[in-house]
Amino acid sequence: MKHMMLTAFADISESIRAKWFLVYSLVFGGVVVALFVSGLSESRIMGFTGLSRMLITYLQITMAILPVFVLITTVRSVAGDREAGIFEYMLSLPVSLASWFWGKLFGRFFVVFLPVFIAMVAAVAWGAHKGAEIPWYQVIFYTGFLISLAWCFLGIGMLISTLARSADVATGAAFVVWLGLLLFMDLILLGTLIKHGMPSESVIAIALVNPLQVFRTASMMLFDPQLVLLGPSAYVILDHFGKAGYIAWALVYPAIVGLLSAAAGYLLFRRGDLP
Amino acid sequence: MINFQQVSKRFRRIDVLSDINLEIGTGDRVALVGSNGAGKTTLIRCLLGEYKCKGKISVDGDNPRQRRTTVLKKIGFVPQLPPPLKMPVGQLIRFAAGVCESKPERMYDISSQLGLDARQVRRQPFNKLSGGQKQKLLISIALGRDCDLLVLDEPAANLDPEARHAFFQLLAERQHNVAMIISSHRLDEVAALVNRVVELDCGKIVLNDHVADQVDMDSMLDCQLLLTRADSAFAETVREWGFEESDEGVLWQGRVSGPDRLRFLGVLSRYAALLKGIQMQEAASNEQKKDKVHALTA
Repeated sequence: MKHMMLTAFADISESIRAKWFLVYSLVFGGVVVALFVSGLSESRIMGFTGLSRMLITYLQITMAILPVFVLITTVRSVAGDREAGIFEYMLSLPVSLASWFWGKLFGRFFVVFLPVFIAMVAAVAWGAHKGAEIPWYQVIFYTGFLISLAWCFLGIGMLISTLARSADVATGAAFVVWLGLLLFMDLILLGTLIKHGMPSESVIAIALVNPLQVFRTASMMLFDPQLVLLGPSAYVILDHFGKAGYIAWALVYPAIVGLLSAAAGYLLFRRGDLP
Repeated sequence: MINFQQVSKRFRRIDVLSDINLEIGTGDRVALVGSNGAGKTTLIRCLLGEYKCKGKISVDGDNPRQRRTTVLKKIGFVPQLPPPLKMPVGQLIRFAAGVCESKPERMYDISSQLGLDARQVRRQPFNKLSGGQKQKLLISIALGRDCDLLVLDEPAANLDPEARHAFFQLLAERQHNVAMIISSHRLDEVAALVNRVVELDCGKIVLNDHVADQVDMDSMLDCQLLLTRADSAFAETVREWGFEESDEGVLWQGRVSGPDRLRFLGVLSRYAALLKGIQMQEAASNEQKKDKVHALTA
């Protein structure tokens, strides 16, 4: 445990000095500032106002940015460290491979989640300062969804990073995975699948195993419990899961995908040549 | 202590190590020499448990792959190329001391002996240090902990003569209690540090012999160089070794670390036409220890 903590701190220390972290923090900080400046928190669209409206928009933007950032920065961590010769030295120290791998994962999780969380807390604090009502229920569940989503892509990133022998290949593969998940979230693609005779249940099942879609649907559900915005698919989701069940699914499922991916990455990592 | 039995390693279809059999005991100081691609780094990585390989490797009976932490606790390693770490020096020392169950103070003390005030640069990112500073810090981490085996890959390549001497002294203090593997492209770089030489070529051991060297690792040699005429390039070179001139740049005096003498003579060979006389003799403090004089007169 001590070695894992040391590795996590070392990774945090390493990451916060990297340029990607600066860009990443600026992006999320910038998104919140842009939402305030554009006066979104004061707008009224489809009945959503104040902080709820702003959080919804923030979550939608986060869903687009967070996975690709997490994937691209994480995949470079194992493959990039290996390429740069960091492994040769750091893994010559008496730290177990489990402590190293999981310590790195936890350190990286802290680093990727912190800017997103701080930006959201800043938005809530600003709203409170302005006298807006704080939607605590939404804030708490959004935080849970974000944790689950970040962990999911972190795990996938570590798996890709372990599989790829170079940082460039890893980055390319991460981009393809992200694009694939985005495509299966796309309504046009789902429409095409239905048009070509795939049963609608199968299409919805595809959407339900996509962590991005799960995050999106669950965050919608918080402010639209009947999922009116989603259309007929809502019946399948609500009939099978119910509201509480789906929220639980959205919290647990992406985290499990992340954990299993990371575990597979770890097994591959310890089996092969390290540097 | 260390046993390699029929160790082989392939990368795709290329044999990088073939049937390596080698035993190294405590007190052995092995020069691992060979040209680029001979297999030195691969052999070291197999020993550190970083590569899977065929055959058996054991350190005090333990396999480095299966009992990683137990084996690596016994090994202090200095790589040839410093890793491009962005973490601050203090963090790196804390991490290394933490996993090696040592104290950061020990590592800071060694770095001071090597001429690096690591406390002063503790907030600086490691990758912003100069090549020499990085090397000193990595040596400090390797020597600032208890270990039974030192694996040093071109360890003194970036060190100035003063730091080299301090480094040789630190190795001399440990020479009877630990085994050392010192990797280098050239034997003359490390000959004075070792008592065995293993040469690799195309992944095979082509030489496994002993080296007889009477010079102590911590000795110093007083040196006097007489030139036929003053020369600016020569002056610049020997000043880097801490030499001082007299007689209008014709006579130079300084001290050379005992294990560095071959390297120093190698440097002087570039100026053979300028040299009228070379005198090297053990410094006064060493004379009391051993009455030994090395004198060469050209």
